[in-house]
Amino acid sequence: MSEPASGSRSPGAVAFLRNTWRGLTSMRTALVLLFLLALAALPGALLPQRSLNSPKVDEFITSNGWWGRLLGRLEFFNVYGSVWFSAVYLLLFVSLVGCLTPRMFEYLTSLRTRPVLTPRNLARLPHHADGETDRYPDEVMTAARGRLKGWRLDVREEDGGARSVSAERGYLRETGNLLFHFAMLGLIVALALGKMFSYEGQVVVLANGSEFCNSGTFAYDSFTPGLRVDGTDLDEFCVKVDDFTAHYLPTGEADYFRAGLRYQAGDDLASDTWRPYSLEVNHPLRVEGDRVYLLGNGYAPVFSVTFPNGEKRTTTTQWRTVDNLTNLAEGATKFDPPGVRDPAERRRKQLAITGLFAPTAVLHDKVLASGYPDLNDPAVSIEVLQGDLGNESGRGQSIYSVDQSMVDSGRLKQVARANLRPGEELKLGDGTVVHLDGVQRWVYLQVSHDPAQVWVLGFAIALVLGLVTSLVVKRRRLWVRATPAAGDDQDGRTVVVVGGLARTDQAGYGEEFERFAGELLAELAPDGGDDDPVRQDATAGRKT
Amino acid sequence: MPVNETFSTYSDWTYGAAVAVYVLAMLFSLAELAFGRRPAAARQLVGAGAPAADDAPADEEAADEAVESGERGGRAERFGRMSVSLIVFGALLHVSALLLRAAATGRVPWGNMYEFGATLSLAAVVTWLVLLRRFPIRRLSVYLLLPVTVLMFLGGLVFYTTAAPAGPPLQSYWLAIHVFAVALGSGMVLVPGVVSVLYLVKTRRPRWATRLPDADVLDQVAYRTTVFAFPIYTAGVIFGAIWAESAWGRFWGWDPKETVAFVAWVVYAAYLHSRATAGWRGGRAAVINIAGFAVMIFNLFFINLVVAGLHSYAGV
Repeated sequence: MSEPASGSRSPGAVAFLRNTWRGLTSMRTALVLLFLLALAALPGALLPQRSLNSPKVDEFITSNGWWGRLLGRLEFFNVYGSVWFSAVYLLLFVSLVGCLTPRMFEYLTSLRTRPVLTPRNLARLPHHADGETDRYPDEVMTAARGRLKGWRLDVREEDGGARSVSAERGYLRETGNLLFHFAMLGLIVALALGKMFSYEGQVVVLANGSEFCNSGTFAYDSFTPGLRVDGTDLDEFCVKVDDFTAHYLPTGEADYFRAGLRYQAGDDLASDTWRPYSLEVNHPLRVEGDRVYLLGNGYAPVFSVTFPNGEKRTTTTQWRTVDNLTNLAEGATKFDPPGVRDPAERRRKQLAITGLFAPTAVLHDKVLASGYPDLNDPAVSIEVLQGDLGNESGRGQSIYSVDQSMVDSGRLKQVARANLRPGEELKLGDGTVVHLDGVQRWVYLQVSHDPAQVWVLGFAIALVLGLVTSLVVKRRRLWVRATPAAGDDQDGRTVVVVGGLARTDQAGYGEEFERFAGELLAELAPDGGDDDPVRQDATAGRKT
Repeated sequence: MPVNETFSTYSDWTYGAAVAVYVLAMLFSLAELAFGRRPAAARQLVGAGAPAADDAPADEEAADEAVESGERGGRAERFGRMSVSLIVFGALLHVSALLLRAAATGRVPWGNMYEFGATLSLAAVVTWLVLLRRFPIRRLSVYLLLPVTVLMFLGGLVFYTTAAPAGPPLQSYWLAIHVFAVALGSGMVLVPGVVSVLYLVKTRRPRWATRLPDADVLDQVAYRTTVFAFPIYTAGVIFGAIWAESAWGRFWGWDPKETVAFVAWVVYAAYLHSRATAGWRGGRAAVINIAGFAVMIFNLFFINLVVAGLHSYAGV
């Protein structure tokens, strides 16, 4: 958009800056910036975002070639942290400040100024009424003032013994409007502060009394720090997950999830006191300014392996749910052979149990599937792999699978496969015995910390209050003029004219005006109002 | 809690009946539109009694009133009145359908896309009935009922979901508050969306729109309704953020639904600002209002059905 103010030719940098500022703070620019903001926010809903789903972004880039890479370079997968999105909202922020500052001063001035002079011809206003009375102008003024409680008033003397009162009401509209906009500024600042000092960490904890402590980033499976958080100095608290209950309807839909927790924080850490908490979806544990959420759950089969030398190892590794309706899970439980010192020998004897886990087993010709999400008849369908797991390869690997390159290169070989139920076992060729002991449950917890969120809430509430006030309250003006009637036979008579003007939206003022004018003129009417002297013109209709 | 099948079946029947009654009301409204006089003609008829004010809407109103009193027996008038009665009847059936759903499932009746659509369209119809008492827009009912019935047809045929209790993510009192506020706000802005289209037709193609009320009336209806709906919608989004804080661990995460809700909010904010900007009132403001409603519709259908996000369980 071209700058509206750049037309003026005042030379020099000052003029340029002034014009830029004027252009930036004009309503027109604010409008265009609002549209840009809406437009700039949209790609975030349509394209996968790094912060929400990183693998999906990679997939998108791979499947779209140079186009995907270009979008990536233009920060389309990180819209809300991108340069262009930030530019739009920062400009809008500046524009808002530039618009609000002068309005604030204007508002403060208007609070101290007297209501405007009474217009010469009240009959030309959108709302008006007139009548006659046998009272003096001063008495009319007193009557009018009595009815204008709550209005800002100013009574003035005019030529020829006339009096007029000028009244204004609805200053709250501008108050609400300013409150709304300042609350918005405050909300943006609080959001920015939150981005600096917040953190979020996720961790899987077995529901068998396992403990998790918020003592550092190492305790988490994944951790997203704010810009000013380095992972030290976290608010220390500990959580023990004693049990996990899931209840499902006969249709397989979940009814509720509940994790039985114990936690300790603050003084409890020193005294080793544990407090119970029943953690559910929608009911986070709030402790030490942090919140602990129950985000997910799953199964962890417990395998015991008895090695040929007679030593036995038991391992419980969480497997990941691959089907949310039936809770079918997949995973890999890995073992190091005990008592093998030689690294080369160990790399021939490492063991991995991979495959599927079904909480309610349904076998279609030996292919395992799950028929129901709850633990009714658990079974695993496993492959046992022996060889080099690649733990020393220097590459990170998923805990849910084996390193496929090790399988491809032949260093990790499948030695057996079977379907097992708890208590059943599988014997390998070298005498190793794999035994399925049972199943445990795990919960996926998230710890969130955002010291500024209560401020965001406060500003959001102020924002709504300001918005409602500015849209409901009407700024309106009302005048009453009492003029001694001219002519000798009119002695002692006073002409009363009432006029009204809504400053923002005419609608809705008509009724209030008519009521006021009607009642005032009736009160002033001579002879107790037998013959109604009120001549009230049709005003802006009964449009409300 | 088990689902009461009887209530659920009755709910489906009343829903269907409500749609049928709305369609009937549409036909009556169409008849009123077809047989009704043009406002201009009516004004000439009663011109003598009306004040010579330049306030066109008032004039329009006066004309309408005169038509009502002067031609009480007119065909168009009778069709119009019947259409309003039918809309009221349809709305009563509509309310019953939702109440029966609530009774069947033991929760508030806006827990999936079908129910959300039903609540949203009820909000639009009730808003319209309220506006009918204040503005001379009765003959426009057909234009409002058209999108409402389309929405309800889609809901009943494509997005229909068997009555079921709410799963763990929805077990919160915020379901009652957040979803209701958003459905109410979205339903209310359907009215200015439709009326703004009519405004554009009236101002840009006057020859097609001789039977429409004055542009000022349309503009007023659109503005007043938006002004009412906007704070409700704003509060609805904020309630959503509060709920998200206790359900998902953050109050705002740029989930697709949140993003588009934000975009719609910004567009409606732009609408309100446009009315205070010289050169943007009238036609441009109407275009922005329509754009805002388009974003709402996009959020309801495209984001729910095509884009996967945290809100997707609200889907079909």
